[in-house]
Amino acid sequence: MNTQLSPNIAKVKAKSQLRLKWNQFWREIRRDSFLYLFLAPFLICFLLFIVIPVIMAATLGFTSYDGFGSLHFIGIDNYISLFTQDIIFLTKAIPNTFLFALIVGPGGYILSFLFAWLIHQLPLRIRDYYTLAFYAPSMAGGVALSVVWIATFSGDRVGYFNNFLLEMGWINSPVIWLQDPKHLLNIMIIVSLWVSFSVGFLAMLAGLQTVNRELYEAGRIDGISSRLQEVFYITVPSMKPQMLFSAVMSIVGTLKAGGISTQLTGMPITPSYSGHLIINHIDDYAFIRFELGYASAVSVMLLLISYFAMRFAYRLFGSKEEL
Amino acid sequence: MIRKLRQATPFQITLVTVFSALAVFMSLPIVFILNHAFKPQNELFLFPPRFLVQNPTLRNFESLMLHASNATVPFTRYLFNSLIVAGFTLGAVIIVSTMAGYALAKYQFHFKQLILGMITLSLMFAPETVGIPRYLIISGLGINNTYFGHILPALASPIAVFMLIGFISQIPNDLIEAAKIDGASHVGIFTKIVLPLSVPAIATISIFTFQGVWGDVETSTLFMQEETMRTLAFYVNSLLSGLQNSVSGQNVAAAAGLLMFIPNLIIFLLFQRRVLETMVHSGIK
Repeated sequence: MNTQLSPNIAKVKAKSQLRLKWNQFWREIRRDSFLYLFLAPFLICFLLFIVIPVIMAATLGFTSYDGFGSLHFIGIDNYISLFTQDIIFLTKAIPNTFLFALIVGPGGYILSFLFAWLIHQLPLRIRDYYTLAFYAPSMAGGVALSVVWIATFSGDRVGYFNNFLLEMGWINSPVIWLQDPKHLLNIMIIVSLWVSFSVGFLAMLAGLQTVNRELYEAGRIDGISSRLQEVFYITVPSMKPQMLFSAVMSIVGTLKAGGISTQLTGMPITPSYSGHLIINHIDDYAFIRFELGYASAVSVMLLLISYFAMRFAYRLFGSKEEL
Repeated sequence: MIRKLRQATPFQITLVTVFSALAVFMSLPIVFILNHAFKPQNELFLFPPRFLVQNPTLRNFESLMLHASNATVPFTRYLFNSLIVAGFTLGAVIIVSTMAGYALAKYQFHFKQLILGMITLSLMFAPETVGIPRYLIISGLGINNTYFGHILPALASPIAVFMLIGFISQIPNDLIEAAKIDGASHVGIFTKIVLPLSVPAIATISIFTFQGVWGDVETSTLFMQEETMRTLAFYVNSLLSGLQNSVSGQNVAAAAGLLMFIPNLIIFLLFQRRVLETMVHSGIK
């Protein structure tokens, strides 16, 4: 007898409990309705132009698709061939990207903080000029790449750098900087460091303004003696959100970098793949070979790499209550 | 500050000197772009290369304009499109992102963690890979060949929201609570407290949003089929792509480079003072 009745009772109970929870959920949604209104314009655009396209692109990774014909679902074949057959990806794109990211990412980040901090030490009147000077390279961006850097590293003796070295007598004949596999990646790193004072740098400058000055005095009473200690114990902890933002931007920026090699050499594929980064690999497969499925699989791999880099940044600067 | 200068040690003086030299070195590209655009043709190929212009001329701009007058769409149309798109996008991104940043930074609600997670994840996705799905959505909505097609995709700016969340979370909660007790509405709190206090962050996002929109070629190439709806960046880019290695086009390229750079510089100069605006004087923190 019991065995017949109790399941029903349990079901009814579960049902009413679910209903209660549902009602409470609705009540909370309605209480927070103004928040959803505030979020709505952003969220709608965000879903339409980022989330949905990204999901669509990620599903393409499991297919074979040339952009014109029909989709063929091929499971994880793309990923298998990525790790077993794609020699260029394994021997060129991955090592190049890691070398590039390890120097430009942390290097640019530390330089950004160092210079933002130094600018902050200057009198207010002249800060603007220094900010302008350091932000200028990233503002000039692509224009500088195609006008300034090509002129600087031009392979004949008209190139500024060759001209300088020849005049100093350090080299006897002009070096073909941009077409030589030996130099290309190094030049890319130098140029990227030059333009690395971008959004993250501005965020740090804004963040430095928010540090409470009284904290420095309090710190001095507590026995902080050097500027270095001030930076470590007061400045950095007080501007954690900006430090995190800047770290995220530099990770994203370096892993997404790829246009540089194309713009410097004028070719989508660099000489003997010397400046080939993961993004170039994606471009190669997506827009030259039209294997969109495979290109999507590669970009999913890039997403995974940056996700783990990001987790690391969060561990360094993130705090649960703030984000 | 004067007191500080008097106390400066030799170490500090060398530091400032080296720092200034570095700043000059960093700003060389600006000087170069400014000079390059005014060089007459013969100076562009001079040997040994000159950094500064000797006989400035407006000839380069003239040939840039002439280049455009041969086409079906006048140069001014591209400029007008760019100004409209950049202006509206800038205003809309500021409002939309600050509203979203405020809601996400200061309140607990359902889906908050989900939204935050999506924003941080989306920062990492390479935009190159979503071109085709985006095109499908834009044409599905029927907003290709309209200004909406330029503006709406730019409104989804996870970078701006991410930065504003970090910044607004530094505004003390007490201030918002106090305003609530004083009877301020949600909109009132937003416009009277949150917006003014996040000015440094808003200035920062304005600078990079403008830069992104002004230089953006993707929306014009993918979403606009009519030539009259395309922007200046697209025009300059299509001009430059064939000219990179040609000798005769170098003057046009130099002028176009300056043309694309100047608005960025203007916006930066307008907003950078706000980036450095201190929050301390308003009694915060």
